[in-house]
Amino acid sequence: MDRRNFLKTAGVAAGASVLPFLKYLPAEAAGRNDTLVVVTGNGPNSMDIHRKGTNRPSYQIAVNLYDRLVGYSTKTLENGSLMYDYTKLEPEVAESWAIAEDGKSITFKIRKGATFWDGAPITAHDVKWSFDRAVSLGGFPTVQMKAGSLVNTDQFVAVDDETFVIKLLKPSKLTLPDLGVPVPIIINSKLAKKHATEKDPWGTEYLHRTPAGSGAFMLDRWDPGQQTVYKRFDKWTNGKLPGILRVIIREIPSASTRRALLERGDADVSLDLPPKDFAELQGSDKFTISGVPIENSMIAIGLNLDFEPYKNKLVRQAVAHAIPYDQIFKQAAFERGIPMWGGKSAKPETIKWPQPFPYDTDYDKSKALLKEAGYENGFEVPLAFNLGLAQWSEPLCLLLQESLGKVGIKVTIDKIPGANWRTAALVEKKLPMHVKAFGGWLNYPDYYSFWVYQKGRLFNSMNYHNPEIEELTEATLHLEVDHPDYEPKIKRMLEIFFDEVPLIPIYQPYLDVAMQKKVTGYKYYAHRQLDCRLFDKSGSA
Amino acid sequence: MNTNSKLMIIIRRILHAVPSVIGIIIVTFVLTRALPGDPAVYFAGPAATAESIQEIREALGLDKAWPEQFWIYVSDLVVGNLGVSISTGFPVAEELARRLPASLELTLIALIFSISIAIPLGIAAATRPNSWVDQVCRLVVTAGVSLPVFFTGIFMIYIFYYILGIAPSPLGRLGIYFMSPPHVTGFYTIDALLVGDLEVFWAAFVQMIMPAITLGIFTLAPLARMTRASMIQVLSGDFIRTARASGLSRGTVLYKYAFQNALLPILTTLGMVFSFMLGSNVLVEKVFAWPGIGSFAIEALIVSDYVAVQGFVLAMAILYVILNLTIDIIYTLIDPRVGLDG
Repeated sequence: MDRRNFLKTAGVAAGASVLPFLKYLPAEAAGRNDTLVVVTGNGPNSMDIHRKGTNRPSYQIAVNLYDRLVGYSTKTLENGSLMYDYTKLEPEVAESWAIAEDGKSITFKIRKGATFWDGAPITAHDVKWSFDRAVSLGGFPTVQMKAGSLVNTDQFVAVDDETFVIKLLKPSKLTLPDLGVPVPIIINSKLAKKHATEKDPWGTEYLHRTPAGSGAFMLDRWDPGQQTVYKRFDKWTNGKLPGILRVIIREIPSASTRRALLERGDADVSLDLPPKDFAELQGSDKFTISGVPIENSMIAIGLNLDFEPYKNKLVRQAVAHAIPYDQIFKQAAFERGIPMWGGKSAKPETIKWPQPFPYDTDYDKSKALLKEAGYENGFEVPLAFNLGLAQWSEPLCLLLQESLGKVGIKVTIDKIPGANWRTAALVEKKLPMHVKAFGGWLNYPDYYSFWVYQKGRLFNSMNYHNPEIEELTEATLHLEVDHPDYEPKIKRMLEIFFDEVPLIPIYQPYLDVAMQKKVTGYKYYAHRQLDCRLFDKSGSA
Repeated sequence: MNTNSKLMIIIRRILHAVPSVIGIIIVTFVLTRALPGDPAVYFAGPAATAESIQEIREALGLDKAWPEQFWIYVSDLVVGNLGVSISTGFPVAEELARRLPASLELTLIALIFSISIAIPLGIAAATRPNSWVDQVCRLVVTAGVSLPVFFTGIFMIYIFYYILGIAPSPLGRLGIYFMSPPHVTGFYTIDALLVGDLEVFWAAFVQMIMPAITLGIFTLAPLARMTRASMIQVLSGDFIRTARASGLSRGTVLYKYAFQNALLPILTTLGMVFSFMLGSNVLVEKVFAWPGIGSFAIEALIVSDYVAVQGFVLAMAILYVILNLTIDIIYTLIDPRVGLDG
């Protein structure tokens, strides 16, 4: 009996209910349409997104294994790629919601009949406990909740089992969208409390290893550093039941191996390939490449205003005119993005963000600006990049080095190891010139400004400070987009960004995912994790 | 010489290891604290504020003075607690127990492969110096040492998996649809045999072939060279001439007299090669998605997870000490000279 036949017999005979005792996963063969095989560079290091030190790949656990009150609806882009729509929310655990007339609270009705995996009904008390946990544990979840003005536990009230109320500190356009990000998950509080101790009241030890959710998928197996396997929660009622029964996520550190696995047909979806591979795979008719511009994100050069020459706006503009945009875009990014240079006017016409800045490669203009600023003979500056992103950062820096040399700016390249990057760039803010790749989860220019351009913020590695920007950001951050003040204020903000250029954008990068042709249903989110609920392998959807 | 004096030598060797271990503990502690990068900043996550960084620094105990941190570290070590890895949230001892067998299993297979080629090749080359066998030996050795591991690995995947499709997919220890056998030793092949599961045994074994060969090729050189050199030296000895003159058969002379005497330096090299392979096969682990101890250490280093790095260095150092100790002990058992002047 060969392996394939054996697998078939075993799979049929045993059925799905006794799976854990089988020595194989019951996908009879790699071709089965209900098993999705994903290869990725890094896997989750925790089942709990609220834990300190939980890595980015772990957000997929929050996305697939847990539910939130609301989810984001889907829109289809011109190229056919699916993308989340943060302006339209969809019910998930909350069946409906209403903002109070006085604008001071939001009331959610919990879906009837929805249960956790263990059969316990999902109640407003579970929601309260989970939200309390997110704002109490500190670190990342607390900061992310705060972005939606969700700060203390008094704001969350479980009126009865089916009614949950959030009291608002101030009306903000960010509150509702912030409930759809991976952080505000709903945890099975009865189960978690059973494992909580006096020292660990939020059950962090237990939830770190064991998810306790209600999501469309349950954890079948987790071998940290090797693989994560999900199986479908067949009684899921908080959305359309997924067509995929099982998802196998294998961690394959080498990008060339991941590509080989995809090309040989052993993997359905390959993540984290370098831009060059995507550019090459795009030509093939065997695979689908979904390239979606990462929202509210750009690859940019940060100029530190603590560095003497960069204190002068003219010097910053001179640098912006000496960047070999086109060359970088073609040779470092392999055109996997949207150009952010060559804007037509010094005043923004729309409030679209990010949008091209009004700069282009023009060495004469650059030299003239330097002369005007008194730096005719140039100066020396180190250019730093994060070694963890060397694949595209290094060629980018080399091209930049050569190009700035033409206007007399001598650049030395400073490679900073990933572990050091945050300290050097973001905390000490001591890098005179550096490559930046920040992206905000909520897609508004004011939200970007809040993280990057406001004084003292973590991602303001440029030490930029402009009182007008402070004021404009505060004024727009919680304002509804259709408010009459919003557009003029944002336009003014962008005009200042254009003119003062502490940050010189080069391109908005794509998030690329490569899939077999028959795999459909990939949806892009700002958190960049796979939402496995929509996938289909039958090739018909 | 009696058994007692051998026992004394062994005990003395073990005692000699104690200062090394103490030294290792101090050095790893200081080195990991001196690493660049601030763990608190890293683990505060993408949206950290000054307060949340401080909160994490306190939670990790990094705000305490070094001597106090060292005291906590040592008192934990005494009870076998290597600390909790900050990046994975699992106890370091548990992580090592999970990953060390994967590395050991692969390294052992690679070593067996390497020995089975290098030693016969070395002996053949030594018996016929400068003949064609010797040239082949030289060629294999030079090629093996000059091909970087990641190149051999990717090359093998390209040929045998991507082009020919005869090798299993390079997915780590088991193919996609297999589950690991119940954990006993952590060696998948042995664990599978223990439950009598030949299919999983075979699946685990075939996954090891390509990475083991990749790793083995690199270590052919030191083993073959050492075998050759050591054999040539022994073969020119007087006692071999006497043995030959006495009309002993070629096989007896070669294996009973020459090879056994040439074994000591080979054994030393073997020990060194083994520990070298165990700690430094990160590239092989990356290319073949092998969840071993080397990639664990590198990942920990990248995210400035000093607890894990500390645990890894300590574990490797102790392993090294044990290995050296074992080889020393084997020496005393097989070579009478060691006992006399040691």
